[in-house]
Amino acid sequence: MPSVIFAEDLCKGCELCVTVCPSKIIKIDTTRVNVRGYYPAIVYNIVECSGCASCAKICPDSVITVRR
Amino acid sequence: MKTVYERSPGLTEAPMHYCPGCTHGIIHKLVAESLVELGVLGRTVAVAPVGCAVFAYDYFNCDAQEAAHGRAPAVATGIKRVHPDAIVFTYQGDGDLASIGMGEIVHAAMRGENITVIFVNNAIYGMTGGQMAPTTLVGQPTTTSPQGRARAGQGAPLRVCEMLATIEATTFITRVSVHNIPRLNAAKRAIRKAFQLQVENKGFSLVEVLSTCPTNWGLSPVDAMRWVEQNMIPTYPLGVFRDTEGGT
Amino acid sequence: MARELMKGNEAIAAAAISAGCRYFFGYPITPQNEIPEYMSRELPKAGGVYVQAESEVAAINMVYGAAGAGARVLTSSSSPGISLMQEGISYIAGAQLPCVLVNIMRAGPGLGGVQPAQADYFQATRGGGHGDYRVIVLAPSTLQEAVDLTQLAFDLADRYRNPAMVLADGMIGQIMEPVEIEPRRPAADLPAKDWATTGTASSGGRRRIINSLFLHPDELERHVLAIYRKYEEVEKNEVRCELHLCDDAEIVIVAYGTTARIARSAIAKCRRFGIRVGLLRPITLYPYPSGAFTPLLERVRNFLVVEMSMGQMIDDVRIAVAGRKPIAFYGRTGGIVPTVEEIVRQVQALAQGGAQ
Repeated sequence: MPSVIFAEDLCKGCELCVTVCPSKIIKIDTTRVNVRGYYPAIVYNIVECSGCASCAKICPDSVITVRR
Repeated sequence: MKTVYERSPGLTEAPMHYCPGCTHGIIHKLVAESLVELGVLGRTVAVAPVGCAVFAYDYFNCDAQEAAHGRAPAVATGIKRVHPDAIVFTYQGDGDLASIGMGEIVHAAMRGENITVIFVNNAIYGMTGGQMAPTTLVGQPTTTSPQGRARAGQGAPLRVCEMLATIEATTFITRVSVHNIPRLNAAKRAIRKAFQLQVENKGFSLVEVLSTCPTNWGLSPVDAMRWVEQNMIPTYPLGVFRDTEGGT
Repeated sequence: MARELMKGNEAIAAAAISAGCRYFFGYPITPQNEIPEYMSRELPKAGGVYVQAESEVAAINMVYGAAGAGARVLTSSSSPGISLMQEGISYIAGAQLPCVLVNIMRAGPGLGGVQPAQADYFQATRGGGHGDYRVIVLAPSTLQEAVDLTQLAFDLADRYRNPAMVLADGMIGQIMEPVEIEPRRPAADLPAKDWATTGTASSGGRRRIINSLFLHPDELERHVLAIYRKYEEVEKNEVRCELHLCDDAEIVIVAYGTTARIARSAIAKCRRFGIRVGLLRPITLYPYPSGAFTPLLERVRNFLVVEMSMGQMIDDVRIAVAGRKPIAFYGRTGGIVPTVEEIVRQVQALAQGGAQ
């Protein structure tokens, strides 16, 4: 199973990763804010992850590291 | 497991100040990755603009010079003529390149300077708070065209690629977008090719990247990407406008 | 090289090459076109690069880039073109870059005329770009001095990491005189350019940034204060001035450049009439030789400032004299060069009329 790691403190909650994920497994976690005051993006169903790294590619802030 | 994607060593560790979802971050990555992949980061000199990317020298992991507004192609010319083996690129927005800097970009292109120009077109002036740009669409409201850009008196958008493609000494002129993954991948290939051409001393390249300004467009980052696709591409068609070297 | 008869503009260009300048970016404007033309011919032969920029705005920004990359670089222009360069000069000073600028002054304001003038003194010594900075300004009076000061300018620019300007006029640019231009190596004690953008591979991985932007006010203040500590050194070490026949002078003409040369001839004539007149000729206009006035204040009755302008250097004379003796002024403008006789008459009037 691929690993998708978010450097959460860099995330600005822009949701671009949410929209490009072909498996639709990323969401914005509205239960908390990160150190910048944004709702961070998280993978909520890693089992469906194909490791395509579309999320990592589109992220403007290099938040996401994908390993497969 | 091997790494499929991680932060490029072509970027510094500095957190970027750009607005959430701003395409500057994406374009910076494509440039940084290209320089690393081509093995030229250690001999690269970036020329930063005046605009939101004025702090680009904090993000690209190479030497950099901050240029006056619009003058980056002239500054790049100075650097490249002194260090022809350096990889010199300018990174400019639409005010910097297409307004105050129009003379400098046309003449750097005219001379066929062996540099790479990354032109970030988001149809607005971002850093100064959302004024009209030469690239603003007719009817698009900005803080200096509050009723929407009027064809009469304010003209129609400038198509930089189409204009520069008429200049004989240019090598590679292309317009790309990063609003979805397939377009982002194509943009990466174009940017990498533009730098490859400089490595091969093949002359002047410009890659225009259609970009978003969620903050000044008044749209969410996701909606802003959609606005690029629906509103900007009809005015600014993607494609290659000049390619004297052929290839990918 | 041996003594050669050269036109002023060409001599200045040749002097730059002899001082190790290998990059020139400029744009044609009368009366200095022989400088870019000479550079276009000779610089490539010396292994250098000549670029004709699309405007003076572009030229000064090419200078910025080349200077930031560590090169000895020259640009030249004349008054209206120097106006266009002001933004770039401010950036060069703010980024602490060395470069040499040559202004072959012509009459203004606006499009003005192409004949000689000295009406860019304010522009050269008071900015003329925005922000707190100074340009080291050297004012030759003869072609040999233009050669010597152009060579010196490169060392001063490198030593202080600041723009240095050779401020000449259309007369100096256009006349021909014998000059001797010896190759001049950079001074041995100049600091290394370890700040130049040559690529991180050449600096052991350390990134070098050329920049004048400091958004945090305390950071910018520290930056400007550091620049002004350089100017304190400039003012202490680099003042240059000539005193001619001032030891017994009751009237001292203060003039620079071409005007000083004409004044010398006027002084020779006046001396034959028995008038004790001398010449104080500033060679550096920044730093201004204010200290040279002090020993004269006791005996001198009148200063006479002569300029090809409506009176610009006279302000610095007023500062130096500080009201202690009267200062008269004689100026021509529009591109008119004063004659020896005109200056003689001014001196005679002062000598006869007593203190004014």
